[in-house]
Amino acid sequence: MTSVSVQHLDLSFGSVQVLKDLNIDIEEGEFLVLLGPSGCGKSTLLNCIAGLLDITGGQIHISGKNVTWAEPKDRGIGMVFQSYALYPQMTVRGNLSFGLKTQKFSRAEIKERVSRVADILQIQDLLNRKPGALSGGQRQRVAIGRALVRDVDVYLFDEPLSNLDAKLRTELRVELKQLHNRLQNTMIYVTHDQIEAMTLADRIAIMRDGFIQQLADPYTVYNRPTNLFVAGFVGSPGMSFVDGKISGDGSTFTFGNVTVPLAEYDGDNTASTSSDVKLGLRPEHTTVHRAAIEGKTVVANLELVEALGSESLLYFIVEDQRISALVDADEKYEQGSTLHLEFNIGKASLFDSATEERL
Amino acid sequence: MSDATVTLEGPSGPKPKKYFTRRNLFLYGTLIIISAYYLLPLYVMIVTSLKGMPEIRLGNIFALPSNITFEAWGKAWNGASCTGDDCGPVSRGLRDGFMNSVIITIPSVILSIAIASVNGYALANWRFKGSNMFFTILIFGAFIPYQVMIYPIVLLLGQVGLYTKLGGLIVVHTIFGMPILTLLFRNYFVSIPEELFKAARVDGAGFWGIFFKIMLPMSLPIFVVAIILQVTGIWNDFLFGVIYTKPGNWPMTVQLNNIVNSVQGVKEYNVNMAATILTGIVPLVIYFFSGKLFVRGIAAGAVKG
Repeated sequence: MTSVSVQHLDLSFGSVQVLKDLNIDIEEGEFLVLLGPSGCGKSTLLNCIAGLLDITGGQIHISGKNVTWAEPKDRGIGMVFQSYALYPQMTVRGNLSFGLKTQKFSRAEIKERVSRVADILQIQDLLNRKPGALSGGQRQRVAIGRALVRDVDVYLFDEPLSNLDAKLRTELRVELKQLHNRLQNTMIYVTHDQIEAMTLADRIAIMRDGFIQQLADPYTVYNRPTNLFVAGFVGSPGMSFVDGKISGDGSTFTFGNVTVPLAEYDGDNTASTSSDVKLGLRPEHTTVHRAAIEGKTVVANLELVEALGSESLLYFIVEDQRISALVDADEKYEQGSTLHLEFNIGKASLFDSATEERL
Repeated sequence: MSDATVTLEGPSGPKPKKYFTRRNLFLYGTLIIISAYYLLPLYVMIVTSLKGMPEIRLGNIFALPSNITFEAWGKAWNGASCTGDDCGPVSRGLRDGFMNSVIITIPSVILSIAIASVNGYALANWRFKGSNMFFTILIFGAFIPYQVMIYPIVLLLGQVGLYTKLGGLIVVHTIFGMPILTLLFRNYFVSIPEELFKAARVDGAGFWGIFFKIMLPMSLPIFVVAIILQVTGIWNDFLFGVIYTKPGNWPMTVQLNNIVNSVQGVKEYNVNMAATILTGIVPLVIYFFSGKLFVRGIAAGAVKG
């Protein structure tokens, strides 16, 4: 069953059109992540769903009801903000119960709900403190709690972990995933952090300039990015792109003096209209050999080594183009040495240079 | 262990502070001179007000009073001892003026702040159609010279029957405080994170709910700033007081002027000084007790943007 449905959504600020004819359907219990660079309209879309921005055109349905003109409180949503947005003059308990009080819940009901949520998030000890006396992680827990006490169908998260340090972010990410597994509510989560997107999402919607570029599960987004933008945005360390030409029948890819066979390529239509294409290679799909293997490897010059801890990222120059490869940190390579690279074409992506679409 | 202590030679721990450096002497010297410059007139006023007229005629204005007398203070407050109607407003003393000023100031301050805070909140958080236009017009009001509006307001108050009444003066003060106070509150509310406002909306609070439960409890510093601005501004006002009221309703400042600028008889410097201190004491007390909050409010984005 569809939980949230956005249909033909338009949003303009004056003459600036931020969202154009945007359509998205979110299943009940789904964890959808809106991913994109800043200014792509992902937070704007979330605010539209929450009812915090008046839309210019289109419709929004939540749990089968048309809520296009409804107030935020009547939409059946809870929302968590990046800056926590806790009411500073109220205690944690006051923060959690404020929404319930304004909606005239009975005192017993409020108490019951607050203590249940405090149990889930393990913030029982903090209930009588003010937000100023909490750490960042605790504050964000309380902010999540404030959304949870509303006991609604859909929870919205607007970059909730961006203000936290890296370690806490990882911890809370896991907790959020567990929370979703436990509650099985629909969650819409905005982030610019692709790791968060990959780890949390059932489906990821990657946005740019107000358009959804690709809406798919994390595996598909990572392995079969629909266009050059998605390929470049998702993945860290990032994909290497090699400019070259594709043969008329789509069987080989040539750049400089190197020709790569495309027999293993996993794509829809390798028979491209134009011959200029880009080959996208993820660093972990390029294998480094010390000795050449006839017909499989290309000669490469090691330009730079970046140690990442468990792995090392190697930057190669092949025919004046840069290709990176990820190797085990125990493998030591000399900068400036000449090595041999093998590409896993089955995992690579080809993009039309003109349209930037995947072939 | 002894090896470790040997390596601890040289500077360690907090750096010793020297008090009589050139920098400190210069800094505190300047501060002392400047505060003396500002405090000297106050000192002269106080000692003069405690002297009798014969002692003042000696001309030693810095000398401490040889005979401390509060006669001048009593005279400034209660007026000259005269009988009948021939005393006139001039010799009435400040007592009536003080009461008038209180009656004018308290409602004007409360009204203007109540209206301006809601104005500022609406302009900051509930952008309605034409809100920018409204704000521009309101701010423009702050730049129109008062003199231009004096006569039209006289006519206006006359039409509604408030001319020369204290109520009329209260209305005038409330309206004239509006532009600057609205700007002050708007800028403060703009500096409160928008997400807080959004969270309250998701929680189901409406226009007044958010204002009273979320915004007001966070706004103490800016309210203190507004109160100080309004109390001192309205208390010290002379122009509106003299124009829009009649003698019986004159505020304290107008009465003070009449005492100090009196052309009849001997100039009683001690009475003048006492009257001036009495008039200035209300703003002085306000500053004294809320100065810290005032600075905090100003620093909290009150005058930014």
